[in-house]
Amino acid sequence: MVADKPYEDIPGTWIFDAERARAGYHLNQFLYTLMKEENRKAFRADERAYLAKFKISEAQREAVLKRDWNRLLELGAVVYALAKLAFTDGRSYQYMASQMTGMSEKEYVDMMLNGGRSPDGWRSKSERGRH
Amino acid sequence: MARIVAGVGTSHTPAIGAAVDNGKAGQPYWQPLFEGYEPAKQWMAKTAPDVLIIVYNDHVNAFDFKMIPTFALGCAEEFPIADEGWGPRPVPAVKGYPELAAHLIQSLVLDEFDMTIVNEMQVDHGLTVPLTLLFGSPQQWPCRVIPLAVNVVQYPAPTGRRCYQLGQAIRRAVQSWPEDLKVVIFGTGGMSHQIQGPRAGLTNPAFDKAFLDDLSRDPERLTRIPPIEYLREAGAEAIELVMWLMMRGALGPKVEEIYRFYHIPASSTAVGHIILESR
Ligand SMILES: [Fe+2]
Repeated sequence: MVADKPYEDIPGTWIFDAERARAGYHLNQFLYTLMKEENRKAFRADERAYLAKFKISEAQREAVLKRDWNRLLELGAVVYALAKLAFTDGRSYQYMASQMTGMSEKEYVDMMLNGGRSPDGWRSKSERGRH
Repeated sequence: MARIVAGVGTSHTPAIGAAVDNGKAGQPYWQPLFEGYEPAKQWMAKTAPDVLIIVYNDHVNAFDFKMIPTFALGCAEEFPIADEGWGPRPVPAVKGYPELAAHLIQSLVLDEFDMTIVNEMQVDHGLTVPLTLLFGSPQQWPCRVIPLAVNVVQYPAPTGRRCYQLGQAIRRAVQSWPEDLKVVIFGTGGMSHQIQGPRAGLTNPAFDKAFLDDLSRDPERLTRIPPIEYLREAGAEAIELVMWLMMRGALGPKVEEIYRFYHIPASSTAVGHIILESR
């Protein structure tokens, strides 16, 4: 266990560290296969059958099928690999990010057009708790 | 001898590449961004470098999780464009400079920087979007490119100080190459942004402005920013800014700021751009 993890105190964020990388190894390797069009096709045709080829946990499998993006981050997916699942669905980074925040894509785009999310209130879990 | 004459810092947001590739660059959402890079394109055309060293990160495209090199130097003749999940970008393949890359490897390793040698590698938006921003959409890229990929995907990325020191070593290595070459180095990624979790969409213009200011005024201050400060203050993916410090380290002690541009948003990103000439 890596002892020093100051970043765990940042709210709404899952830093992809060595432990998450270990837990998410097969999940991320599955996501990596979606770089190839033939694999994207095979996955779209039968998601469960495609997923059965990888040594991923039941929880990871369910989260993929449900497109539960935040749960996938928690279970060790790294956002850049996860994006390949969004692309396979014909979606963008922007759509995936909006889903993670619980906003509609339109609300998310409007927030960004207004300058984005201020770090105030989002620096630490204790600061977040006060809001 | 070869000389590093200037450095370019720029975001490398994939949506910028997609906007150009899909003919959306003139739309109201994108037009101000591309207008902001016009002076930079003119500067680049006037500067006409022979070689670019592009410091960028791979986003799980060239490297899967079997191997994650911290510093990887592209030594190939040519670097094909990666299919990141929506088909490869319709841009020319990137031509390398294997002879100079081999020299860099030898010089850097003997200078005690333990580089990974990469002889086959696809390049992703981290490298191609900066080319698009600075050169537009030519039939062929006008100069050769040596990619230097930095791990910022799995925590921890190398520190800003280490990147800065490697930049200094790159300057020494380039200056010991006998051919008369004009080299420009790119530091890419950033600026403030977060694309994951409920905190996605975070930006921090004050942090970004101080970073841009201190690239010429006080780069030593920037090398002391600890990883946690990037993550907390500027977003989980803002750690990419350590790559700008490699660019800055390669410019020598004195630089002149030629141009800067800052714009929010491109997708989830606060876009920053700077041109520094070595003095
Ligand atoms: Fe990036």
